[in-house]
Amino acid sequence: MRPERARPRLRIQPLGDTALLAELGTRLDTALNTRAIALAAALKKRRDVRQAIAGYASVTVHFDPDQATHDSLAAAIKRLAAKRPPMAEPGRLHRIPVFYDGLDMQEVAARVNLSPEKIIEIHTRPIYRVFLVGFVPGWAYLGPLAEELELPRRHVPRTLVPAGSVAIAGRQTGIYPLPTPGGWHLIGRTNVKLFLPDSDPPCLFRAGDRVKFFAAQA
Amino acid sequence: MIPALHVQAPGLSTTVQDLGRPNAISAGVQSGGAMDRFAHSAANLLVGNDPGHATLECTLSGPQLVAEQSCLIAITGADFDPHVNGAPAPTWTGIFLGAGDRLTFGARRSGARMYIAVAGGVDADRWLGSLSTNLMAARGGMHGRSLKPGDVLGFAGEPKKPAVSGRRVPEQLRPEYGDHSLQVITGPHLMRLNPEGRRLLFGTPYRVSRDADRMGYRLEGPNLATSGEELLSFGLVTGVVQVPHSGQPILLMADHQTAGGYPVVATVVSASLPIAAQLLPGDELRLVEVSVNRAHEMRKALATALNSLRQPS
Repeated sequence: MRPERARPRLRIQPLGDTALLAELGTRLDTALNTRAIALAAALKKRRDVRQAIAGYASVTVHFDPDQATHDSLAAAIKRLAAKRPPMAEPGRLHRIPVFYDGLDMQEVAARVNLSPEKIIEIHTRPIYRVFLVGFVPGWAYLGPLAEELELPRRHVPRTLVPAGSVAIAGRQTGIYPLPTPGGWHLIGRTNVKLFLPDSDPPCLFRAGDRVKFFAAQA
Repeated sequence: MIPALHVQAPGLSTTVQDLGRPNAISAGVQSGGAMDRFAHSAANLLVGNDPGHATLECTLSGPQLVAEQSCLIAITGADFDPHVNGAPAPTWTGIFLGAGDRLTFGARRSGARMYIAVAGGVDADRWLGSLSTNLMAARGGMHGRSLKPGDVLGFAGEPKKPAVSGRRVPEQLRPEYGDHSLQVITGPHLMRLNPEGRRLLFGTPYRVSRDADRMGYRLEGPNLATSGEELLSFGLVTGVVQVPHSGQPILLMADHQTAGGYPVVATVVSASLPIAAQLLPGDELRLVEVSVNRAHEMRKALATALNSLRQPS
């Protein structure tokens, strides 16, 4: 008998009367994210789907209620999700220079009990995946971050984080594309523009891309 | 550009809005667009436009506008006591302005957001497929900002002929703006609330706090405790009620962040979003659970009302 591969249960639930959320799993996982991005791409081709947005491990589907119902679309999602996902092409690789002099560097160093030099070494080591682009224009959720640097979000978020700030929280890292409020720990900054309002798409990173940070010389 | 309206005073916050830019969500750009899509669409239809034409969305107070040339306009949504050359003017009705006519507003009488449509549509900056103003990105609409004194709004295109004034949306066809019960469909993470939390969510009124804008409304009321591990971020939609760690729910509106990871315990149905759009800080609301089928009936009733306003072509 062939061992059955453990596949997380697909959960499909309404988000109001014109959208639904299809959750493929609950783990921060590259394979799940690849499936979510493929499922969103397949759903976008349907005439009854207005928009399909991949999350970490989910797809939010906006549909035309005159052409589809929750039930008809849920059935279609189950069919599509059961298919083997297409071979994921490696996303584009971005090399991002970072000045590791963020406002929270010393505090992070104290809390994870590592020197700033060691934090830089750990943060620049992996090639991160862009799990999703969202939240605010141009923001990309990157990960997974090394466990040694894992910290919960700041208890009190900052009311204004400067654009270009490189930050960490949980098993994630990211770059603030615009001056916005934020609760992540700021370890550095970059001059690379993430939000490109006069380009289409208006952002540098796309879901599935890869990102490598390196320490810039001040 | 053919000038249509000259802005003498902009009002508290007046922006150009259409039906938003859903194709930009995957770049993290808010879909945006008119908060009250019924009032926005009705204003357009009353002047012979398509619902997708841009209108002016005026929040809490009206502007002072002078017609640069004769045009057909309609004022819908909130009632800010409109006047043309000092004489009261009707709302939810197509009205002609002659060249030099002054459109002014008195005190707010009801609602939060008023829409002004002009036959031919308001012209503005197109960004990522939409004329809607995105204040965060400072793009779209009137150069990505609210209107200022001295701005001149042009026509986006030729008005549809014949231009007919006096067409009206009867009150019984409008959403029930006076009833602050928002119909909701239960959300994917409702069971993260305990039975007491679920009872409070649907059984007690919540109040719109002062922290309420086009992005969303923080609600004040009984605290809701959620349980379970942190969620991975997922795509959000307008109308979701999410519960952050503070336990005070947030209702996301047109300019909401595109993704987030707080539990979604309910979603306001599309037919109730116009009512939500007209709420003010201090207003009480109730979340009332409805079936998906009932939500579709409500949506169809509003769509039929809008269709009845279409001009025979």
